[in-house]
Amino acid sequence: MLEVDIRHRQGGFRLEASFASDVTVTALFGKSGAGKTTVVNVIAGLIRPAAGRVVVNGQVLLDTARRVWVPVRQRRVGYVFQEGRLFPHLTVRQNLLYGRFFTPAADRYAVLEQVVGLLDIAPLLDRRPAGLSGGEKQRVAIGRALLASPRILLLDEPLASLDPGRKTEILFYIERLRDELRIPMVYVTHEIEEIVRLAERMVLMSDGRSVACGAVSEIMGRLDLRPMTGRFEGGAVLDAVVAAHDLDYGITTLAFDGGELQCTGVDALPGERVRVRIRARDVAISLERPTGISMRNVLAGRIAEVGTQRGPEVDVRIEIGRVSLLARLTRRSADDLGLAPGRPAYALVKSVALDHRSVGYA
Amino acid sequence: MLMPDEWEAIRLSLRVSLWAVAASLPLAVAVAMLLARVRFPGKSLFDAVVHLPLVLPPVVVGYFLLLLLGRKGPLGAWLESTFGLVFAFRWTGAALAAAVMGFPLMVRAIRISIEAIDTRIESAAATLGANPAWVFASVTLPLMLPGIITGALLSFARSLGEFGATITFVSNIPGETRTLPIAIYSYTQVPGGDLQALRLSIIAVVLSLGALLVSEVMVRRATARVAGRDA
Repeated sequence: MLEVDIRHRQGGFRLEASFASDVTVTALFGKSGAGKTTVVNVIAGLIRPAAGRVVVNGQVLLDTARRVWVPVRQRRVGYVFQEGRLFPHLTVRQNLLYGRFFTPAADRYAVLEQVVGLLDIAPLLDRRPAGLSGGEKQRVAIGRALLASPRILLLDEPLASLDPGRKTEILFYIERLRDELRIPMVYVTHEIEEIVRLAERMVLMSDGRSVACGAVSEIMGRLDLRPMTGRFEGGAVLDAVVAAHDLDYGITTLAFDGGELQCTGVDALPGERVRVRIRARDVAISLERPTGISMRNVLAGRIAEVGTQRGPEVDVRIEIGRVSLLARLTRRSADDLGLAPGRPAYALVKSVALDHRSVGYA
Repeated sequence: MLMPDEWEAIRLSLRVSLWAVAASLPLAVAVAMLLARVRFPGKSLFDAVVHLPLVLPPVVVGYFLLLLLGRKGPLGAWLESTFGLVFAFRWTGAALAAAVMGFPLMVRAIRISIEAIDTRIESAAATLGANPAWVFASVTLPLMLPGIITGALLSFARSLGEFGATITFVSNIPGETRTLPIAIYSYTQVPGGDLQALRLSIIAVVLSLGALLVSEVMVRRATARVAGRDA
């Protein structure tokens, strides 16, 4: 579906990105300045790289070796910018319909009523952009991109300028696009929370290079990538199925390949697939099965890997069944317990650490 | 209550000013785009030449126009033989002189409003499939509208008051090139013309004030539209 291979230089900044993806949502993840936006601009055709190749749905948009360069306006990429970039002098309706007639009639799949309904923007149609809230603006920007019937949707940190409440709102609409339209998306972000909710695959970017590309759970579970996947918010991501709800206590049991997890605030029906992020800093390790403890998740496993960091903290990977969890401990604890690969151990996770913000609906 | 020759001066002034604005506007937009968006060698010099009428004595501009576009001037002779177009001692020449004098003011106002446009909005239009000409027509041009209105008004007001370049280039011919300021000047030069000079001066004040007020309203509307506020 998407193939990207770029080498580019912009002043002192060097970009070398190479990845391929065939899932609906591919996330570009990395700190600011990692080159994520540049990659998206190359896919869109707003930047012409020194060398590279971009293929979207079998259509070669750029191939410097063969001198192929499709200009921006013919690429049919839907670009949702961080700041919306709505046309200030046009109404919402005019904004939405701007790109519609540039798409050849045979390729038009987006219908105004459907997109307006999907994004709940019907009440806004006759208004102008300046009077809209940040969340409304982003919904209109998404609708405008969609109505040009793009081959692929590029979203460059579409939540970055929104307050937390609006973020959740827009995430909900993007999930809708993913599940109802199944349009391929490249989603740029530096928030791991958004990736867990939206993406199936992620490309990890650092200092202008694509460091790793793979399934979200695979990338997030790698100890060697921990410095880049986030010190505070980072942690293993695992796929699970909703097993049961305890309505009296508001606790949900999730089943995964290796055990069960109890958490709070999960809004999904039994049998539905979800993705859970367990922050490494929320996981403790015990060599014996603890008793008389409030933590509801005690998972038996085996130490697989101990990080080699020098500082006061160290990351440990524990295998539970076929799934890995990451735990961040003080190096002192790791040494005191004598943690080493192969040792049986228990991973302890507080249920309240796993709330709605850690769960994505796949 | 106005005498026929007074009416004539007013009508002529309005016609000359409107034509001056209308004819120079497209060129002013092009030059403003060039100055605001394009980097090219000799840009500073080009910018200076565009601004020259603002700093030169108007008489000098009128004299150059006469040299260049007089019936025996190199450009004037060619225009007459090729297109039958004559500027010398015609009201069209007065309009040309007014347009040249107002041109820098127009370009300045438009250029400022182009520079205020976020070019990222234009690239958003490109990603939606618009070609450069349509991006210009549907995004850039509407967004520079406040500058176009301001520029047109400044040039119009400048044209209404144009004196030096006009009288040098096309002289003082009643009914053809005797615009309002030239008429006022003529009345002050004849005995007993004081009253008429005063009446025409008052009319000049009213016209200028009216133009200012109209443009104020238009600019306010255009600015609200460009800012994306609900009208």
